[in-house]
Amino acid sequence: MQLQDLEKIFQDKIDKEIKIEPKDWMPDAYRKTNIRQISQHAHSEVVGMLPEGNWISRAPSLKRKAILIAKVQDEAGHGLYLYSSAETLGTSRDEMLEQLLSGKAKYSSIFNYPTLTWADMGAVGWLVDGAAILNQVMLCRTSYGPYARAMVRICKEESFHQRQGFETLLVLSKGTDEQKAMCQDAINRWWWPSLMMFGPRDSESTNSDQSVKWKIKRKTNDELRQQFIDMIAEQVKVLGMTLPDDKLKWNEERKHYDFGEIDWDEFWAVVKGNGPCNKQRLDARKKAHADGAWVREAALAHAAKKKNRQLQKVA
Amino acid sequence: MNQNLIDYTLHLADTTLILAQRNSEWCGHGPILEQDIAITNISLDLIGQSRNFYQYAAALINLPITIGTANNPADLATEDSLAYLRTEREFKNLLLVEQPNVDWGQTILRQFYFSVYQLYLFQQLQNCKDEQLAAIATKALKEITYHVRWSSEWVIRLGDGTAESHQRMLAAIEELKNYTGEFFIAAGYETPMGIDFALLKQQWEEKTKAVFEEATLPYPEKTFNQSGGKTGTHTEHLGYILAEMQYLQRTYPGAEW
Repeated sequence: MQLQDLEKIFQDKIDKEIKIEPKDWMPDAYRKTNIRQISQHAHSEVVGMLPEGNWISRAPSLKRKAILIAKVQDEAGHGLYLYSSAETLGTSRDEMLEQLLSGKAKYSSIFNYPTLTWADMGAVGWLVDGAAILNQVMLCRTSYGPYARAMVRICKEESFHQRQGFETLLVLSKGTDEQKAMCQDAINRWWWPSLMMFGPRDSESTNSDQSVKWKIKRKTNDELRQQFIDMIAEQVKVLGMTLPDDKLKWNEERKHYDFGEIDWDEFWAVVKGNGPCNKQRLDARKKAHADGAWVREAALAHAAKKKNRQLQKVA
Repeated sequence: MNQNLIDYTLHLADTTLILAQRNSEWCGHGPILEQDIAITNISLDLIGQSRNFYQYAAALINLPITIGTANNPADLATEDSLAYLRTEREFKNLLLVEQPNVDWGQTILRQFYFSVYQLYLFQQLQNCKDEQLAAIATKALKEITYHVRWSSEWVIRLGDGTAESHQRMLAAIEELKNYTGEFFIAAGYETPMGIDFALLKQQWEEKTKAVFEEATLPYPEKTFNQSGGKTGTHTEHLGYILAEMQYLQRTYPGAEW
């Protein structure tokens, strides 16, 4: 079959909302884009364990400690489903991990910000998971089957995390003056970085057009960002807190909130590796990987010996 | 008020909580994602058990107060007041569980020693005359059975695996060898609980020896038994664990979280 025929069949499927499956023919660029996006997503889940893991030992009640541990563990689970999805496209988990540790593969920049107080556990759940969900709900309908199915499962857990985050802040917002201040401070620090999670403006984004045509992405960065702002601007009222943007205002004509300009210099600095915790996050992953090397080797060696012994028994 | 029962319940609660706290230090830093999830899961199981014990201890402590007239809620014990507002001399956990993680080998060995002990102890507690403790033990046994299986498999894997992993297990055995004898030295409050410590010791040694044999590891015969954890005399590690764990409750007294 001619290449253009294959491409036509492929695009027809996408247009008809038929999922692309691992054994189907697909353009190289589609495969690469999906590998890049899914592995980046998997890395984000795994690196994302670190800022929240930072508060497990200090969680202020047994219930909060259990919730936080379960949440961070869910993220590890999401990492696993996503690595498996990416593997269906012909890359291995080891290869992906290698790319993360060498700095070649990216992960979500949001995890390069520090979690400084307990209120950050609430703000991360509410704002960071909240922003992630909008992306992920869209990805439940993405054109690559294994990715879409992984996202359905992940979305259920993420929306639970977001509610838990909001509830953490709600308790603080009704607490002592110090707790209220802690709550507002966390919102102030996490608001702008969470808006940056949607990526550059559409006019600046290099991958958007093709991704929309292939239905890898179904909404643009700016559309998702606006949707997020409209949602959070209402929810923050329930907390009795404010968002740190004096330009934030309901626009009756647009039926959306207007908002101030993101600090794009900061955005690019963090993307390029100069965020407050880029080095620490990557170092922590490298250390875990290096410290675990002897454990993984021992597991392989034992498995091989066991197999040998069984073979000898049979012989 | 049955002080022995309260102390014993707190001992069970503190032990499971401190081990959970130690294991949770691995979360996000495990040697491989699947095992990061596994150790974290054990941590969650242990926190669940500790909460059951703390809630029961709180109920026992509150009993005379709730019968009486003084009903200021701030005076009532809760799972959190017991976990977060008691000091290092009041904690009654086993010394073993407060020992540092060091590496995956020592973490595994610590878990294995404890889970095997907990398995046989809780089998006895299932028939304990205190119905609540019996119920908590029965519920926990399903989890513990898995913890024993998981940690046994890892002891075998690491003992049998490579020269390095074998060496690391030898080091872990050396580090922890003096902290298992305490399991079988009854504290005053344990005596009325009707635990058969001789049977417990025999079962624990049999299982440990069997797993060590499969792991090609030497069972440590000559040990000295460090003890005191059960009655609040700990190693220097516990103070740091509590300082970190209790920091928010101590900094903002009376706040709700």
